[in-house]
Amino acid sequence: MLVFILKRLVNAIFVMLAVAFLAFAIFQVAGDPVEMLANEQMSQADRDALRDRMGLNDPMPVQFLRFVGNAAQGDFGMSYRNNQDVIGLIAERFPATMELVLVATLISLVVGIPLGILTAIGRGRWYAEGLQFLSIIGVSLPSFVVGIMLILVFSVILGWSPSFGRGEVIDFGWWSTGLLTPSGREALVLPAISLSLYQITLIMRLVRAEMLEVLRTDFIKFARARGIPRRRIWFRHALRNCLMPVVTMTAMNVGVLIAFALITETVFQWPGMGMLFIQAVTFLDFPVMAAYLVIISFIFVVLNTAVDISYAIIDPRLRSAR
Amino acid sequence: MSQQQNQLSSMTPVPSDEPTASPQDTGKRGKWRDGEIYQSFRRRPATIGAAILLLFLIATAFLSPLFVPQNPYDAAQLDLLNAEIPPIWQADGQWPFILGTDTQGRDVLSAILYGSRVSIVIGVAAVLLSLIVGITFGLLAGYYGGIIDTLLMRLGDVLLSIPTILVAILVSSLARQALPASLRDVGAAGVLVLAIVLSSWVQYARTVRAQASVEREKEYVLAARVLHVPNRRIMLGHILPNTLTPIFVAATLNFGMAILTEATLSFLGIGMPPGQPSLGTLIRLGNDYLFSGSWWIVVFPVMQLSFLVVTVNMIGDWLRDALNPKLR
Repeated sequence: MLVFILKRLVNAIFVMLAVAFLAFAIFQVAGDPVEMLANEQMSQADRDALRDRMGLNDPMPVQFLRFVGNAAQGDFGMSYRNNQDVIGLIAERFPATMELVLVATLISLVVGIPLGILTAIGRGRWYAEGLQFLSIIGVSLPSFVVGIMLILVFSVILGWSPSFGRGEVIDFGWWSTGLLTPSGREALVLPAISLSLYQITLIMRLVRAEMLEVLRTDFIKFARARGIPRRRIWFRHALRNCLMPVVTMTAMNVGVLIAFALITETVFQWPGMGMLFIQAVTFLDFPVMAAYLVIISFIFVVLNTAVDISYAIIDPRLRSAR
Repeated sequence: MSQQQNQLSSMTPVPSDEPTASPQDTGKRGKWRDGEIYQSFRRRPATIGAAILLLFLIATAFLSPLFVPQNPYDAAQLDLLNAEIPPIWQADGQWPFILGTDTQGRDVLSAILYGSRVSIVIGVAAVLLSLIVGITFGLLAGYYGGIIDTLLMRLGDVLLSIPTILVAILVSSLARQALPASLRDVGAAGVLVLAIVLSSWVQYARTVRAQASVEREKEYVLAARVLHVPNRRIMLGHILPNTLTPIFVAATLNFGMAILTEATLSFLGIGMPPGQPSLGTLIRLGNDYLFSGSWWIVVFPVMQLSFLVVTVNMIGDWLRDALNPKLR
């Protein structure tokens, strides 16, 4: 067991090092950072001094190790655009993205699981087949299209919800939340729905497939034979056996949602990490791009490793398999 | 469905002229009309509808220069006096701008059809290239194993640990950066293809590798080796045909994904330039006018993109079910 956990951890560290290398490579494509930072008045001597201070004269491997060392301590340097600490910029935007992602995850569970059950137990009926058909559309629609259509209907035509921004926020230390003010909650509705739509269809399809499988098993037939009411079988017996994969997928997809949030954030002008990243891409602000890449991948890798390890704890067969 | 059909279909997974290395199928392959694939296609009216609509969309996109009123990529044909004309069924609509015009006097219908052509071409190119890269790497890794296998699959692991959309965004923005400024607009389509290929080849490579490492141990491969068939021919002629079914499904679904990725990148402003708009670029440009009442500038490109991706995915979804032996 310990060996398995160690293996997974070593693997995770290896992947993170590779990601760090990619992030480091961004700077090599980017061109000379001194030119990016220097202003017109700087003399050649000043530039050389800056170059030396930034360690750009050191050999490449030394520079890479320094980058990894700094990144591990949360130091990604200064933004080229406004000379602020990159990690500070990201930390400031982090709560907005996380709130959006967590609310979207919650919506996808609350809506996706019942729809999945419905399509499984009503298989062959018109509403179940209709929902199954709609789910293909849900998977296909790009999230910016969903966002634009929601804005068109609910903001432009009906005028019900705000179409951009986060509303009023309340600060708790370094965390800011929009959940406690009416305008914050209103502003969250459309982006959260738009982000969750894809996830809803995924969960619905997963629950449907799992339910259909479980409903075929002997213990369900036996429960029927014992005269247990259908409803009780569906919700007490069958559903419980479907939830494990749903929990896994939800946990793993939090990382995907954080990445996809950048599209939703762009459409709704939501002041999260994703919008910061897109602005960085537009303005060629490489330190911010590199930091975002490393942080997102870190969240991704941590979630995947945690899921792998928790599986091995629950199911001993997996330990020897890898 | 009869027993015979079942039997036939399990031996001819893809209705194609591809040589199949499976030894039992010679002489038993029926006409493809009798096959499971065609039968299950006929049983799903929604899929038939999707296929017809998709063919229509592709045909109109590629034949568009023959009948649309203007070439939306030619700035000389745009007239600012024609800006923001609403669709023809509204009070101020004007012939020949059936779906209205945008703020530069560009006919929305022409722009959509030309834009679809760009989207489709980029999607097809990206899928074909990902297939080539993925199949090559997957075959090499699965057939030879050892150090090649470890290296390639680890590289894949790293790419999979970054969300694909992020890979595509980074590749696209950095590759543009690497191009000289004069080539950026011309090379935009190539950059997009590269970005999509780099973010999607891993999936094919893994599928092919898994299959190839199983096939490698089978007797027909051993026999070929004993006969001194060159490795390249064993891989391409013997093993590859046996890995094609899952690849075929993945390629169809990935075509939809590729169109989506292209549209998303263009929407975010790191894809096709406004001078040669794809559907994503059109949506990005039109999005600014959502509140000014000129809804047609954004709604029609959105509809076209949705139809395109939904129909492709419906066909992919059907193929996956039809080719999956477990579901029969």
